[in-house]
Amino acid sequence: MAAPTASIGDNARLRRHYARRAVLGRVGLYVVAVLAALVCAMPFVWSTLTATKLNADLYNPDNNPFLYNQPPTADHVMFLFKNTAFMTFAWNTLWVGLLVVLITLALGIPAAYSIARLNRPWSTPMGIAIFFVYLVPPSLLFLSLSRVVVALGLQDSTWSLVLIYPTITVPVSTWLLIGFLKALPRDIEEQAMVDGYSRLGAMLRTILPLLFPGTVAVVVFAFTLTASEFIYALTFISPTQEKVVSTGVPTELVRGDVFFWQSLQAANIFVAIPIAFVFNLFLARFISGFTMGAVKG
Amino acid sequence: MAEMVSDAPTRQTLAGARQRLADRDGFLAWIFLVPTVVYIVVLVAIPFFLAIAFAFSDVTAGNPSYDWVGFENFRRVFADPVFWQSLRNTFVFTVISMLLIVVFGKVLAMVLTADFKGKWIVRFLVLLPWTTPVALSSITWLWLLHSIYSPIDWVLRTVGLIDDNSYFLGRPALAMGSVIAVHVWRLVPLAAVIMMVGILSIPDDLIEASRIDGAGFWRRLFEVTIPLTFPLIAVAALFGAIFTFTDMAVVYILTAGGPTNSTQVLASWSFTRGIAGGDIGQGAVIALFLFPLLLAAAVLILRAVRKVETF
Repeated sequence: MAAPTASIGDNARLRRHYARRAVLGRVGLYVVAVLAALVCAMPFVWSTLTATKLNADLYNPDNNPFLYNQPPTADHVMFLFKNTAFMTFAWNTLWVGLLVVLITLALGIPAAYSIARLNRPWSTPMGIAIFFVYLVPPSLLFLSLSRVVVALGLQDSTWSLVLIYPTITVPVSTWLLIGFLKALPRDIEEQAMVDGYSRLGAMLRTILPLLFPGTVAVVVFAFTLTASEFIYALTFISPTQEKVVSTGVPTELVRGDVFFWQSLQAANIFVAIPIAFVFNLFLARFISGFTMGAVKG
Repeated sequence: MAEMVSDAPTRQTLAGARQRLADRDGFLAWIFLVPTVVYIVVLVAIPFFLAIAFAFSDVTAGNPSYDWVGFENFRRVFADPVFWQSLRNTFVFTVISMLLIVVFGKVLAMVLTADFKGKWIVRFLVLLPWTTPVALSSITWLWLLHSIYSPIDWVLRTVGLIDDNSYFLGRPALAMGSVIAVHVWRLVPLAAVIMMVGILSIPDDLIEASRIDGAGFWRRLFEVTIPLTFPLIAVAALFGAIFTFTDMAVVYILTAGGPTNSTQVLASWSFTRGIAGGDIGQGAVIALFLFPLLLAAAVLILRAVRKVETF
């Protein structure tokens, strides 16, 4: 508003003002970005430091905890891999996660296609119903599901998690997949159907390949949810060999009051970094799925 | 249903008939949806009603036979002051965490949608709290807040702000603060990702237009970005609330409800009573109190999501 009426001197001042503002904005941006990264990552830096310290260094409250006061050691990391069931936990988490992801896709892709593409009168209410299911939390269901698991003879078996975890992943994955599907133009299948494919053939040959990036995002998200789950794993399973990372590490690396702190922290790092790395690769896809789900779900 | 009945005789006939069946949208829609619906009904809907039924029974881990006891469990749960403490804590934790999650999530979302050098590494580090299994990050926090070796205490001691350690998890007020801090730390990245969606969906020319009209950063924030992305801010807030409200891993690992139940929440108290204590009836009553608020949250989320549609 001021520009048209301002004199030349005012203009120069205004320009300087805006230039200063832009610089301040950049500086502010970098400060906030670095601060956010520090706060979020600080516990993991702390884990890494702790995991590689000698007992004598770690358990001395007068030592500067941010420095190595004695040379670093890999002993506790080796202990984690050799003397604990960590590898078993990691393996259990991995195969449970992969099976759950497969079940999730097998149920979720057809369901999402049905809701997003086949235009039934119940499509919208069904989409809403699936969203509601996502809001029913494990803390409400774990007592009755523990009885179901016992009734099926699956207590103390990792297979109980394969059966139950899709209750968490299927609703949210279907919701995301509906979003991805709605982003694909309808002409694609119609064209394939004009070319002589059936509806099913058109879906398999044209939609599934196009849906692949979204599917990958769902795979990563569902796997993350499975790996993080705690209540069900804690409720259903007690033998060491059957545990997953999220319950095995906190229960088996603590003997009574004795915490194996370095090994515990090493476990945290070895689990956190790979998952975050993979998740990060697919963040953009995940965001776009979320948008479409939110806008048109 | 008629379509499914007619399916049986055609299954073994000619490819042409199969072709027609694969073209019937109504038939496909059902076949595609039925497995998911069956799975959800069996393992979510039925257990949900089972949980309600347990609340009126004397089922225990040792004696799983069902006997109707009416409101006996409710009476016993209500008579226990720990329940009221958990209910209050759950609300306090949820409301405070939700507010902080929204504010920090909004800031983080704006940072992550801006362009700057080293964005990839910042994004990676910022996502760590959300992608790490909550039980493991809680253990790291347990160590960060250790009564003797906490580095936070060390810094405060070295700077001279405190003489003695803070005992973060040993004092009721500090323990509550610690639990809230871990929830906020863990859920801000998720909220930021959801709010990024909102920011990215605002057309660029709208921001440009307001910039040309002379609107500064704060004015653009409060008069353009926040009103336009309000629905997704609401979604982020409610997701944050739901995750905090229903989580028990943080409390279970960090404080186990202590000191003297000052950080006990409904989920952890239900677990303590229902699984650790074996009294499934009481555990079910406690967990049931999670439901009314969740229902309200779901309705609010759907209202907010529907508003997004009007863009």
